[in-house]
Amino acid sequence: MAELLAGFGCYTHAVVRAVPRSLATQALRSGNLEVDPLKVQQEQEYYVSVLTQRLGLEVIELPADETQPDCVFVEDAAVVCENTALITRPGAESRRGEAEAMKRALTELDLNIVEMTDETATLDGGDVLFTGREFFVGLSKRTNQRGAEILADTFKDYSVSTVPVLQGFHLKSFCSMAGPDLIAIGSSEAAQKTLKIMQQMSDHKYDKLTLPDDLAANCIYMNLPNKGHVLLHCTPEEFPESAKVFEKLKDHMLIPVSNEEKGKVDGALTCCSVLINKKSKI
Amino acid sequence: MTTEVGTETDVKKEPEKVQEDQQQTDQPDQTSDGDAPANTEEHQQGSQSAEAPTEQEESPEPRSPTPAGEQKKEKGISRFLPPWLKRQKSQSQEKESESAAADVKDGEQEEKGTKEKSEDQPAEVKEVTGEKSKTEEVQVEEKDREEQKSVGSADTQPVREETEGEPDENHKQQVNARETPSKLTKKMKMVVCHVTLLDGSQFTCDVEKRAKGQYLFFEVCKHLNLMEKDYFSLSFKDSADQRCWLDPTKEIKRQIRNSQWQFAFSVKFYPPDPSLLTEDITRYLLCLQLRQDIASGRLPCSFVTHALLGSYALQAELGDYDTEEQRVDYIADFQFAPNQTKELEEKVVELHKSHRGMTPAQADIQFLENAKKLSMYGVDLHHAKDSDGVDIMLGVCANGLLIYKDRLRINRFAWPKILKISYKRSNFYIKIRPGETEQFESSVGFKLPNHRAAKRVWKVCVEHHTFFRLTSPEQPTKTKFLTLGSKFRYSGRTQAQTRQASTLIDRPAPYFERTSSKRISRSLDGAPVVNVAGGDSMGVGENGPTLELNSDNKVVDVEKPSVDVDTSVSEQTATHVADSAVIKSKLRVQGENIYVRHSNLMLEDLDKTQEDVLKHQASISELKRSFMEATPEPRPSQWEKRLTGSPATTLRLQVSGSSEVIPDVNGQMEVVEVLEETVVIEEVVKARPKSPAPDVTTESGTAPEVKEEQSLSSDSESEDEAEYHGQTPSASFCVQQIKEEPEEEEAELNQQALPLDAEPQPIREPESSAKEEESSSAQPDEDISTEEVSMTPDEAPNGHVLDTEDLPATEGEEPHIVNGNVSRVETERLPQVICCSEPPVVKTEMVTISDTFAAQKTEISTKEVPIVHTETKTITYEAAQLDGNGDGEPGVLMTAQTITSESLCTTTTTHITKTLKGGLSETRIEKRIVITGDSDIDHDQALAQAIKEAKEQHPDMSVTRVVVHKETELAEDED
Repeated sequence: MAELLAGFGCYTHAVVRAVPRSLATQALRSGNLEVDPLKVQQEQEYYVSVLTQRLGLEVIELPADETQPDCVFVEDAAVVCENTALITRPGAESRRGEAEAMKRALTELDLNIVEMTDETATLDGGDVLFTGREFFVGLSKRTNQRGAEILADTFKDYSVSTVPVLQGFHLKSFCSMAGPDLIAIGSSEAAQKTLKIMQQMSDHKYDKLTLPDDLAANCIYMNLPNKGHVLLHCTPEEFPESAKVFEKLKDHMLIPVSNEEKGKVDGALTCCSVLINKKSKI
Repeated sequence: MTTEVGTETDVKKEPEKVQEDQQQTDQPDQTSDGDAPANTEEHQQGSQSAEAPTEQEESPEPRSPTPAGEQKKEKGISRFLPPWLKRQKSQSQEKESESAAADVKDGEQEEKGTKEKSEDQPAEVKEVTGEKSKTEEVQVEEKDREEQKSVGSADTQPVREETEGEPDENHKQQVNARETPSKLTKKMKMVVCHVTLLDGSQFTCDVEKRAKGQYLFFEVCKHLNLMEKDYFSLSFKDSADQRCWLDPTKEIKRQIRNSQWQFAFSVKFYPPDPSLLTEDITRYLLCLQLRQDIASGRLPCSFVTHALLGSYALQAELGDYDTEEQRVDYIADFQFAPNQTKELEEKVVELHKSHRGMTPAQADIQFLENAKKLSMYGVDLHHAKDSDGVDIMLGVCANGLLIYKDRLRINRFAWPKILKISYKRSNFYIKIRPGETEQFESSVGFKLPNHRAAKRVWKVCVEHHTFFRLTSPEQPTKTKFLTLGSKFRYSGRTQAQTRQASTLIDRPAPYFERTSSKRISRSLDGAPVVNVAGGDSMGVGENGPTLELNSDNKVVDVEKPSVDVDTSVSEQTATHVADSAVIKSKLRVQGENIYVRHSNLMLEDLDKTQEDVLKHQASISELKRSFMEATPEPRPSQWEKRLTGSPATTLRLQVSGSSEVIPDVNGQMEVVEVLEETVVIEEVVKARPKSPAPDVTTESGTAPEVKEEQSLSSDSESEDEAEYHGQTPSASFCVQQIKEEPEEEEAELNQQALPLDAEPQPIREPESSAKEEESSSAQPDEDISTEEVSMTPDEAPNGHVLDTEDLPATEGEEPHIVNGNVSRVETERLPQVICCSEPPVVKTEMVTISDTFAAQKTEISTKEVPIVHTETKTITYEAAQLDGNGDGEPGVLMTAQTITSESLCTTTTTHITKTLKGGLSETRIEKRIVITGDSDIDHDQALAQAIKEAKEQHPDMSVTRVVVHKETELAEDED
């Protein structure tokens, strides 16, 4: 564990999934926005290229399933920590099928697979924030207490605290890790309140990076060999003010990645990949 | 002392051992007694009149054959002289030692000594009798001897019993503070204690039946060669099979009740960072504990972590993986997980191979580095229900209280967020500090399965809070100590203190065997007796010694506080630092006796509001209130300083970080004010003059009575509840009051507390005879001034001590006025001892008045009225608390904030009337003058003026003590 903690953000593999054409029309969305399938496609391609070419991760790209319009958002289907993967039971019934392909992929990566079989449990990976020291599970429309309990049972080494998601879609719709012990958090009242709760629940003191836009607080932090701190974050076009905040992080390799179209169907940067560290052997 | 005593013990030991061999269990008591107790008996016997001889003769007859034979031998020997000589030597040694070590013993002892000396022959006879009595006791022992009054003494000389009885009690109580169980006279029975050590082996130890938990614990630590022992403790299973921690300050017997004398040595406070431990042996023991925790499932972890930790355990136990000799099943003897699978074992072996070259100590460190990160590391779980009846778990840990539902953490209350911890019946409450946007504190209640469970959680919380939260050297100990009224307090060192102490460990790394070899090689039996003897010698058993111990304690306490002060000062108040620093340097000298600290705390606490408490006068209610108020007060003790150059100089000044106090209570942080609190305590003249000597006795007697009263009041008020105020406002400081319910326990505590108070006095007496005890006697005004003055210089180091010391001297000098309280004495013993009356108002120019307490509790009255009956309010407040709800009291506290920087002066007068034995009552008036203002106010001058006025107002009373408490508020955030 100790080593693992020190290695927070270290990843070797990523699991992604192609965008189904059905996304533009059928994907769930909280807003009522029209999605340009082409743009989504372009965003996803760039996203994957950053992971593979720019960062050198080994990327497993699962084929799209047209019957699963939201399948590109793989994060919700699995929570991976160290060598263990919890295959979730997404809160949206239409998405339950997405877990199957994910399970297969992770099994091939030789991870210890834990399945959430309890039919009363629901959990979206987007509600799970792993800080390197502990888990926070947002209780949202998609995630319930039972789901969080199963997660706690799966990752026994870590404390698992539940926090309410007062507004927004997932817990990670307004927060994420932007570095070791650094929580990126939106500036909305609900986001700030949730952060306060997280701070109260934790024995550890986290730094926070407050962003003007809640959605911009979803970013991807990695700590990669030869690259150091890497941060995939929103583009200035999407959130100019928030982008400025990210640009102040001097120690990070900053990579703006557009998420505009996917954002219309509540997709965020973290949603599109499951990151895995296969070097963390034991 | 110790050395001399040791000689005695040796002498006695031999015969006793013989006896033991023959008789075995019951008689072993004698051995233990032999050390210290013997001395006491000797004294007693020596003092005894001619009657003794006859009894002696009689006694032999009743004896059982075996003991009789031995005893007879002894008698014969003694008669022949050698034994007698030895004993006489021992006595003389004792006396000397006592006198030397502790200043001077009570007049009683001296008297005894004189008697003994004067009556050489009789003394011999007496001694003989003593032996006989011992033998008798052995026989009789089976019958429980309730009190220390030895059978022999009772039989022989009633008179002595009386005189001795008091000292004995004192001793006992004092002893309580320490570990020495031996003080009790021979009468004690020996009991065999079985302690399961962390490696699974059994340690057997003979302990006196009335021994305190501490004694056994130290024996175990000695056996383990463990110096960093503060993280550990002994536990036992109660009748409900629940694990209970053995309170080191209480008698074992009373704690285990009908349970077996079977204990487990285990980690009580899991160090958050084991790498900071000084010795490998400590880490090793912690590893053993964690292995147990993991194997039992108490500390859950993942498969990978099980494997990793298991592999380190193997490396530590077996060294490098040996490819030839070690097969997979070599780990069959180890349990790494609750459900150990073949797969896990294979993983363990695989990892074990990778640790090649790692030393056992390194493996332990790696083990701990991984284990400490586990989420449940160091979390003590208790089943409970929330207000909705939902099953939850309360987890007490280093940082606070965690609330779990199933495996999920659903809430967390860091220590700084908790204002008060209390329990009532089967409910457990925490009062939460208001958040930034909230105005009032809120309380959260939990339902425990039963009353005992509620109390258990509460205790664990108090202990953890004290141990971890009071990290800052500031006053952890003090805080822990609390006041007399509180039954329970954490008496050990805080983590910060133990760390500091650890840095002083100067010994080569002790060799120790690891479990695998240990199990085979160790046989612990037989040793116990020896250990006991050694312990006794160290413990010092007699009256004299006890006194000394007390004195020691005090000194120590003082010292520690000083240390605390230093640190605290550095951290907190910059303003006072300079002043305090001087004082501190003096105080610091003393070392590190933990026990002593406690006493110090008490003393310190006394200084202010707690003075009342200390004196026993305070009823529980008072205690509570003092707590509330006290929050600030306790700190002061640490901060005691003397002002130089100012009239106040004579007075002790206590500087406390007000920031801590006020902020805690009110959660106000921004107000930066300097508050000076002056507490002028005037004691009423006693109606009945007593002869000095009698006085002394009376006092001692009174003290117990007072205790009783307290206990009564406490009982009435809250039997099943206890409160603990942890004030974390400033990081360094937490004041906590603990109210406890159980009557029995209370009684014990009170008694102990009293003794403590008494103890300090004797010591001090030698130093300054003029001083009186605040509680017991009133002194003439003149004395007051002088006393204070004298005290300051000498006592400065011991600040608290001063008060106590005063007692003896003054008593002797002045007649004791029983109740000559001022006309005002209105109150009898109300549960709340405190009565408010129109205070002899101390008028100052300052208009505004605020109580220190008021600041926290009640609104602060403004305006020039010098007289403010804040107390009343306070009392009310307390009562509310007593109820045990943490809830209702909204923060009246906020008022403190209202205090503006202008200079304000508030006077609070408290009249405390106690009823002492003999129907005497004494009234003490406590004035609390609060001067609030910016630092540019001349506090000294204001203080001097206030004191002067107080004296003028009560010419018939004497000023016993003046405590200056300076508080500077700092803006602090908890968390």
